[in-house]
Amino acid sequence: MTQPEDAPVPTRPGPAEVFAYAPAPESRAVVDLRSSYGLFVDGRFVDAVGGGSFKTVNPATEEVLAEVAEGTAEDVDLAVAAARRAQTRVWSRMPGRERAKYLFRIARILQERSRELAVLESLDNGKPIRESRDVDVPLAAQWFFYYAGWADKLEHAGFGAAPQPLGVAGQVIPWNFPLLMLSWKVAPALACGNTVVLKPAETTPLTALLFAEICRQADLPPGVVNIVTGAGETGRAVVAHPDVDKVAFTGSTEVGRQIARTVAGTRKRVTLELGGKAANIVFDDAPVDQAVEGVVNGIFFNQGHVCCAGSRLLVQESVAEDVLARLKRRMGTLRVGDPLDKNTDVGAINSATQLARIRELSEVGEAEGAERWSPSCTLPAHGYWFPPTVFTGVSQAHRIAREEIFGPVLSVLTFRTPAEAVEKANNTPYGLSAGIWSDKGSRILWVVDRLRAGVVWANTFNQFDPTSPFGGYQESGYGREGGRHGLEAYLR
Amino acid sequence: MATSRPTYADAVTQTVAPTTPLPARLDDATSSDATLRRFLHGLPGVDQVGAEARAATLGTRSIKTTAKAFGLDLAIRMVDLTTLEGQDTPGKVRALCAKAMRPDPLDPGCPETAAVCVYPDLVATARQALGDSGVHVASVATAFPSGRAALDVKLADVRHAVADGADEVDMVIDRGAFLSGRYLRVLEEVVAVREACARPDGSRAHLKVILETGELATYDNVRRASWLAMLAGADFIKTSTGKVQPAATLPVTMVMVEAVRDFRDATGATVGVKPAGGIRTSKDALKYLVMVNEVAGPDWLDPDLFRFGASSLLNDLLMQRTKMATGRYTGPDYVTLD
Repeated sequence: MTQPEDAPVPTRPGPAEVFAYAPAPESRAVVDLRSSYGLFVDGRFVDAVGGGSFKTVNPATEEVLAEVAEGTAEDVDLAVAAARRAQTRVWSRMPGRERAKYLFRIARILQERSRELAVLESLDNGKPIRESRDVDVPLAAQWFFYYAGWADKLEHAGFGAAPQPLGVAGQVIPWNFPLLMLSWKVAPALACGNTVVLKPAETTPLTALLFAEICRQADLPPGVVNIVTGAGETGRAVVAHPDVDKVAFTGSTEVGRQIARTVAGTRKRVTLELGGKAANIVFDDAPVDQAVEGVVNGIFFNQGHVCCAGSRLLVQESVAEDVLARLKRRMGTLRVGDPLDKNTDVGAINSATQLARIRELSEVGEAEGAERWSPSCTLPAHGYWFPPTVFTGVSQAHRIAREEIFGPVLSVLTFRTPAEAVEKANNTPYGLSAGIWSDKGSRILWVVDRLRAGVVWANTFNQFDPTSPFGGYQESGYGREGGRHGLEAYLR
Repeated sequence: MATSRPTYADAVTQTVAPTTPLPARLDDATSSDATLRRFLHGLPGVDQVGAEARAATLGTRSIKTTAKAFGLDLAIRMVDLTTLEGQDTPGKVRALCAKAMRPDPLDPGCPETAAVCVYPDLVATARQALGDSGVHVASVATAFPSGRAALDVKLADVRHAVADGADEVDMVIDRGAFLSGRYLRVLEEVVAVREACARPDGSRAHLKVILETGELATYDNVRRASWLAMLAGADFIKTSTGKVQPAATLPVTMVMVEAVRDFRDATGATVGVKPAGGIRTSKDALKYLVMVNEVAGPDWLDPDLFRFGASSLLNDLLMQRTKMATGRYTGPDYVTLD
């Protein structure tokens, strides 16, 4: 390596002191926020039967954005009934090429209204507009385009000569990528001839409701997509409903377990995409600047609210000092703040609850003797914020090396040999993703063969593509989403 | 002129500072062809996809209002206003010098450019036109742009430019030697050119080393050539002659900026970077400034350490600058064509 052995952490004045980027906020005017939203059932917006509602807030400011109807078991019942009618009478009878037309139309409308969707996503979720604009929304559209292409080719997908839809899918999605997770769930389900009842997360319902509007704009037959907003109770009602044929869930391992118990012994098919504690393995021959960039992208992308986040950095001991010095210097240039500012790299933590969890685990990390470091950055006075944080001196026995923090917190561990790297990477109850950084192709293949993880990235991280299957091992869940494999979850 | 740029002008007229002594480890690296090869091939690799993605992300920064005004003025101060054509004449060079000293005739507050860059035979003309304005005379040399000449011819080329008053010499490396792995030969040539930059009074013209990244082809080569040039004592490393495509790109310049940053970490010596060729718009120039700011740090946001080798860029910077001041575009008829 090129660094002297005792390279100090480089210090330099922050960018603000010389070349201060003036605020470059994306306009909110493109979003037409309503004060209250109903449920989307059978092609119409309706009030919840119980009349209940909850507030969704902007996590960057704690400003209330809207009142949203809280769906009860009765609402779920109505939604499932509508989905069943649409499935048997319209959607499953429609030829695949006709279903494809609707999906293509939705994909195009997602692109046309991308700016509106991106701003709304950043408002409701707290993620930087750069990410919602450049990642979430374009990928959501791509997912619909991709599965639209499959709708009339299902008999060639390798699941039998005449694969059939399952029926009604009950789908529960998380708050970290609200619109993108919706499209991961809805696009393949619809392509295969299923109808859906989808429950978005209670802290981020707004883009799902805008998606409902897009379904109407696309003239999607009523009942094919139903959206029932609410919290845990509503989700339980969706999962437990006797007329649901398929349950798809993305979220925490704990809730995933509850769901698995609920559906055990029923005819329901289940796919679960749960937590992770991914290892990002940096070997001594890694392209070091790109590896540091990948580590930063792996854990600070979307404030670390990513189930496949590279939350454990495993770095070869011989280069650990150099890599850490570079990592800290790079973290010093991360811009934390207003999610709507186009120059923001790290936005707000999604909720007070999540912030409390991140704080708690970080305190545990310190108490257990790991060394905590964050670049100096001023956090806004209101809203939920946590600075990009790295823990060094972490061992496998520390809770911060084992538990999913789901925040911008990186735990750094070292290893000596490839075998030790594999052993440490696999030493977790999870197994969703992993990253390898090395210039040596044969070593990459050797390690990939031995890693127990659904997705392994080599010399990159957090790359998503609709053609590629995604899913986990062990407590990270089962089933695959994306690609040809993703069809299997919605066909029999 | 409204702005004064004392630092660089002072620096070049002072006596030659001895080359910053390299740490022993790096000094050993240059002791033989074998050690030099081992050192250069031991540098961490550059992943092409990752480097290009990083540069593209930096290119999405939104630079507006005060930041843009700051960036435009800084970019003007960093321009090496260049003419390198077979059809260059003393008249053309004098016009360019006038432009460099007073880019916007209507606004005395507009900063001057860093330098005017010409072929060696026109150095005397440029020197006379620029006088003691503070705008430097830069000259390409060493059988620019191909560098295909005998070493004594290249050195004579350099000495001629320096004798005629060049403040800065832009040399090209021997890409043939580099690509065939004769690294020590490249290094020794740069060292020889650096010595040829000496003036009788003991001072020395600043040396910019052109890597011609378009011919080196890979980012790994660019990183190695950057270190090679810095080990040989380059004051600046420069991407391109402008005669080969692709010339400067944001990712290739980023790899060089990473190299100067790492070189300072390793040695304490600060080397400048000059992308040249293909940078035509203010928007592009601002992307480079953002990249320098975030990759190497604001220390490099200085005409002493970052330059743009360009010709048409200046007029776009001026149009944008006027637009910032007046709120409307003046159009190409309102900037001077030189």
